[in-house]
Amino acid sequence: MRVNFTVNGRAEAVDDVWEGESLLYVLRERVGLPGSKNACEQGECGSCTVYLDGTPVCSCLVAAGQVEGRTVRTVEGLATEDGLDPVQEAFVECGAVQCGFCTPGLIVQAHDLIDRVPDPSDAEIREALAGNLCRCTGYEKILDAVRLAASRKAVSS
Amino acid sequence: MKAGTPGAVPIQGGTDVMVEINFDVHRPAALLDLNQVPELFTWERIDGSYRVGAGVPYVQIIAELGHELPGLAQAARTVGSPQIRNRGTVGGNLGAASPAGDSHPPLLAGDAIIEVASAAGTRMIPAHEFYLGVKKSALRPDELIRAFWMKPADGPQYFSKVGTRNAMVIAVCSFAVALHPSERRVGTGIGSAAPTPRRALEAEAFLAESLDWEARMDPEVLRRFGELVAAAASPIDDVRGTADYRRHALAVMARRTLTWAWNDYRKVRAA
Repeated sequence: MRVNFTVNGRAEAVDDVWEGESLLYVLRERVGLPGSKNACEQGECGSCTVYLDGTPVCSCLVAAGQVEGRTVRTVEGLATEDGLDPVQEAFVECGAVQCGFCTPGLIVQAHDLIDRVPDPSDAEIREALAGNLCRCTGYEKILDAVRLAASRKAVSS
Repeated sequence: MKAGTPGAVPIQGGTDVMVEINFDVHRPAALLDLNQVPELFTWERIDGSYRVGAGVPYVQIIAELGHELPGLAQAARTVGSPQIRNRGTVGGNLGAASPAGDSHPPLLAGDAIIEVASAAGTRMIPAHEFYLGVKKSALRPDELIRAFWMKPADGPQYFSKVGTRNAMVIAVCSFAVALHPSERRVGTGIGSAAPTPRRALEAEAFLAESLDWEARMDPEVLRRFGELVAAAASPIDDVRGTADYRRHALAVMARRTLTWAWNDYRKVRAA
C-alpha cells in the first residue's frame, strides 16, 4: 500500500507499506528519520513520541495506514535554520542526556507541555513526562532542562 | 464493511490493537481504520444523557466531561500516560473487553449503555450485560461500537485503582462507586478481579437497604459494604497480585471510595 502524509513540512509518498506496520517503522525504515526511537513497541516507554496532527502520540501504536493525509512532526522537525529548539538547547545545557535513547521522545513530549502550559509546576512536568522512561539520568537533569526551557520561553514571549 | 469482512479488526487509537500486532499476537486479515469516521469523535447531550462517540479519546473526556461524568474522568486520568490518553478511547476499552480496562468500573457504576451498530441496525446494551468473559463481549462479529450513553452524575462518584506506580499501570484491581441519591441507591463496578468487570450486586442491595441517607456513615455499614464487594469478586493469582491481595484491596477501596463519596454528599446537603 502507498501512504501519503506530511512529515516535518515535507510531503511523502511511501510505497510498499505493510498494512500492519507502525508509523514508527515507516519513519525509521522508509523515510530515513531515525530520531524517533524503537524500544518497547507497546506504548510503555515514550521513546517514539511524535506529533500527529499536533498531538503527541506513541508512533509505535499508530498503524501506518492511519497517517494517510495527516501531518507528522518528529524530533528532527523541531530545530530550525536558526538552530536547535529551546527545549533541545536546555537538554544539552543541563546535561539531561546520557545514552540519548529516550531523549527524542522526552524532547517532543516536553516541547508539547511547554507549548500548552507556559509555566508548568513540577507536578505538571512529572505528569507530562510520566510515559517517558529514562534508565540513565534519574530524571533530575531532565526536570532541570524542562524548567530552564520553560523559563526561557516565558522571558522571550 | 464490517459485515462483509467480519475478521477485520477495528482500530481507533491503536493503543491495544497495535501492541498485539507489534508482538505478533495477532495477524488480523484486515484493519478497519475508524479514524476516518468523524462522527465517532464527537459527544452530545441528548434528552438529559450524554452520548459519547466511541472515538473520543480519554484526554477529551477528562477535559470536557470531568464535571458531568466524574467517575469515568477519574478512571481516564489513570489510563497509561499522556501519549496513551491522547489516542486511547472508551470505545477501544469496550472493544478489547479486558477485565482490567480502567473505564469499565465507572461505566458499570454509572449505568452506562453501549450503543453498537451493524448493517442490520442498532442495539443498546447495558454495560452490565456487555461483558461476557475474559476479553469477550456481547459485540457480534458484524457489529461496531458506536458510542456509550451515560446520565450526568446525580451524586458523587469515585474511582480507585491499585498499581505499582501512578502512570503506565494495568490495574491490579480497581473499584468505582456512584451515589444516586434521588433513587437512594449506590452503583458499583469492580475491575481486574474477575473474568469480567462486574457490579457488586449484593453490596449494592445491602446499601439500598441499610444506608441512612440522612445520617453520618455507620462504620458497621461501611465494613459490611467492603466485605460484600470483596465477596463479589472472583480474582486469580497472577504476576500482578494474588487473589487474596485483590480481595483485601477491594474491601479497602470500597470503604474508601464510599467514604469519599459520602463525605461529599453530606457536605452538599449541609450547604
